[in-house]
Amino acid sequence: MDRFSLVALSPAWPEVFLALSGMALLMIGVYGGGPRGGNNSFRLVSWLAVAAMVVTGGLVTLGSDGGSVQAFGGVFIADSFARFMKVLILGSSALTLLLSLAFAEKEDMARFEYPVLFVFATLGMMMMVSANDLLSLYLALELQSLTLYIIAAFRRDSLKSTEAGLKYFVLGALSSGMLLYGITLVYGFAGSISFPVLAETFANGVSIGAVFGLVFIAAGLAFKVAAVPFHMWTPDVYEGAPTPVTAFFSVAPKVAAVGLFVRVMMGPFAPLAGEWQQIIVFISIASMALGAVAAINQTNIKRLMAYSSISHIGYVLIGLAAATEQGVEAIGVYLAIYIFMSIGTFAVILAMRSKGVAVEGIDDLKGLARTRPGLALAMAIFMFAMAGIPPLAGFFGKLYVFLAAVQAGMYALAVFGVLASVVAAYYYVRIVKIMYFDEPVGVFDPMPGAEVGAITFVSAVFVMFFFVYPQPILIGAARAAHALFAG
Amino acid sequence: MSWPVLSVTIFLPLLGTAFIMMVRGDEETVARNARAIALWTSLATFVVSLLVWANFDPRNAGFQLMEEAPWIPALGINYRVGVDGISIFFVLLSTFLTPLCILASWVAVTRRVREYMISFLVLETLMVGMFCALDFILFYLFFEGVLIPMFLIIGVWGGPRRVYSAFKFFLYTLTGSVLMLIALLVIYFEAGSTDIPTLMTHDFPVAMQKWLWIAFFASFAVKVPMWPLHTWLPDAHVEAPTAGSVILAGVLLKMGGYGFLRFSLPMLPEASHYFAPFVFALSVIAVIYTSLVALAQEDMKKLIAYSSVAHMGIVTLGIFAFTEQGIQGAIFQMLSHGVVSSALFLCVGVVYDRIHSRDIARYGGLAIRMPAYAAVFMVFMLGAVGLPGTSGFVGEFLVLLGTWQVDRLATTLAATGMILGAAYMLWLYRRVIFGALEKEDLKAILDLSPREIAVFVPLVLVVIWMGIYPAPFLEGMSAAVQNLVDQVQLANGPQPTGLASLLGR
Repeated sequence: MDRFSLVALSPAWPEVFLALSGMALLMIGVYGGGPRGGNNSFRLVSWLAVAAMVVTGGLVTLGSDGGSVQAFGGVFIADSFARFMKVLILGSSALTLLLSLAFAEKEDMARFEYPVLFVFATLGMMMMVSANDLLSLYLALELQSLTLYIIAAFRRDSLKSTEAGLKYFVLGALSSGMLLYGITLVYGFAGSISFPVLAETFANGVSIGAVFGLVFIAAGLAFKVAAVPFHMWTPDVYEGAPTPVTAFFSVAPKVAAVGLFVRVMMGPFAPLAGEWQQIIVFISIASMALGAVAAINQTNIKRLMAYSSISHIGYVLIGLAAATEQGVEAIGVYLAIYIFMSIGTFAVILAMRSKGVAVEGIDDLKGLARTRPGLALAMAIFMFAMAGIPPLAGFFGKLYVFLAAVQAGMYALAVFGVLASVVAAYYYVRIVKIMYFDEPVGVFDPMPGAEVGAITFVSAVFVMFFFVYPQPILIGAARAAHALFAG
Repeated sequence: MSWPVLSVTIFLPLLGTAFIMMVRGDEETVARNARAIALWTSLATFVVSLLVWANFDPRNAGFQLMEEAPWIPALGINYRVGVDGISIFFVLLSTFLTPLCILASWVAVTRRVREYMISFLVLETLMVGMFCALDFILFYLFFEGVLIPMFLIIGVWGGPRRVYSAFKFFLYTLTGSVLMLIALLVIYFEAGSTDIPTLMTHDFPVAMQKWLWIAFFASFAVKVPMWPLHTWLPDAHVEAPTAGSVILAGVLLKMGGYGFLRFSLPMLPEASHYFAPFVFALSVIAVIYTSLVALAQEDMKKLIAYSSVAHMGIVTLGIFAFTEQGIQGAIFQMLSHGVVSSALFLCVGVVYDRIHSRDIARYGGLAIRMPAYAAVFMVFMLGAVGLPGTSGFVGEFLVLLGTWQVDRLATTLAATGMILGAAYMLWLYRRVIFGALEKEDLKAILDLSPREIAVFVPLVLVVIWMGIYPAPFLEGMSAAVQNLVDQVQLANGPQPTGLASLLGR
């Protein structure tokens, strides 16, 4: 039985390493803190967590020959798709953790549990995109979700943060329930929880009960990616959670949930594409529309970003709705670019501090181009990119999803998508207007920490100059998509 | 040419922006250096673009001076640039107007000079790149990218209602462009390529052509702008700073006409033919209606903005006549309008810098204090009217000649509009320049400064050159236009078009 030998674990080495690192970091946090207990070790543990994520990323990319391998009796799969998503997840987790450092220390939430929770959440996400079985899917999802609930409420003396955490927990638990209910239906009617077996079974005919299960699973996953009509928690959680946590929520869990969504839909449920495509088209259109319209009147920039993320998910789902290799490739490209746009934007939001207090009003950005031209330029780049204006990176994400939609013959969806992007452009451009056209109201404090400045700079450069050499990300996404369609 | 002359023309302004960003010092130093760098960069770009012209072979109907580099190989998208007899003149127009814009803003712009100059140089790169692009995605990149600097130019350095105008400009244009993006993707899957020369020879199914044509029309008609999609233009013109209006009228409006010539006609000849009467109708309405609207304007810039819509109506009329004279006339009219209306906006800018008002009623009798200004203004006013001997005449005459062969009714109506054009321009001139010098502050107004003379002299020379000896321009474009006309007629045969066929349908 080589199933239990170390060699058989090799596809999961990165996860194993990250899990062990998480435990080690916990120990370091508890015992390495000096006289005042664990809190002094915050910075050390955070940097070690970032290092662990970087090493894990190295294991993910270098420790494979590019093929598809399974572990744990087929419940865990490591293929190009999983690897691409894992790199995105690890990158966004590491970057948002770095963004948190200065904020956590200033806002009195610098406890070592914070980076440790990040590590475990990231581990859950990595397992999600590697799930090859409904049970491992659920376990991974719960590992991720439970840690995220705690992170959302991490500022435990802040009413808003705890409210956000509770709201997230209640609604997240509800969605997990739906997902689980769907899983039982699918298992009951199809007789298996393994993705390849399910795909085979469905290819030979589907019972109505399994379709019900599919709908419940789709609803549960739509909850996790925050697509309309399961988006209600997003604005409140985004606004209430500490800003770096919001930054984290806007990228890593999104990538993981979308990756999982894609894997489930294009894997076991691929033969049912005709059934679920309608659902995805609907939630895609609804997300784009609501994200575009509801953001217009927001005054809080974090709430605005919540609606913005809803609309971005709508565009990502266009790729899924196409149900083609091109569509999955588009999702990969879109997510990779979205991560940089979103992290960059949140880095700017983190730099919005006036007289030692973090401010979140959109009007606080007034005249930023006069007081802080560099920061305003970066923010303008992110906003124009999110609006999808070429030659910025965001345009290429949109180009790829619309390409997939047109290729799949979904013209109406594509036309709706571009028109919604014009509406959304209004509120993105409004932020540019506030920064560049209006008179300054106050001056922000200097950059809170070098990491925030560096991440803003790197993201801005990436988003601005992506068009010069887009090959690496496009090739990575193409390989990832190909892996799902190879077998 | 052993060096990539087109790419140098496109990206040289970006080099200038890099230098401007590096300038350090107090605000005055930065402003002074930014102005100087921007001026020299744009002049150098103009010189390089003249080299492009010198190396251009007018007898060759195809694309020349092509350069290619792989960009997104997975999708078969390449960085590919080149010019033909149609695009080369727009490249020259862009590089010609940019230094003049920078010179015209020398003292008018005092706030945030660095950003201003960067915006103009980036704009120049995008404009030139758009006219040179031979790949559809590359074209779209430049075409849309123009929105960003123009939005900032209107919004930051514009007049009192700048925010409203900037948003209107941005959202109007974006809506049109995104529909074109979908059409572009459909074309990509239909023809399997984004290479413009390849697509120009591809036969698209006629039913698909109609949809694609409508999507293109949404984008180009907003840019031109055609009635009734023109309402963003008066707002944008009035609120934009003088140089912004110049670029807007001089080059950005031509992007629409260029789009029709480069995409709608050669790629979708049957659909273009099908929709030609519709375009004729809109063009004729634009010529007559906006001329009447221009007559009622109190604001000089608004008047010129409406006259732009009317003049561009003549252009679309000429393009959709599908005759050689019509299309040559349309291109010539675009070039002429690019110079003349830019110059008119600069003329308004001259008095606006002094009096800070654009109300026609605020002026009168300027000829007494400002003889040189009156003379310069007269040249451009007559150019806009289309007086023989100015560039405006050649373009309008050729368009009417070309359109007469296919539709006499539309030609007659358009010619009526031109009479109205003469009426509002002459009346404007009469109210601003002639009459008694009664207003107190006008009695001390100064004539053109040497810098302003330096701006106007090249414009006057070009207007007269194009009017008296248009041959270099017409010969340059004739092979390419002939090719285009053949292509459209090959697809359609000698079928009737024009307004009459619209009524008969």
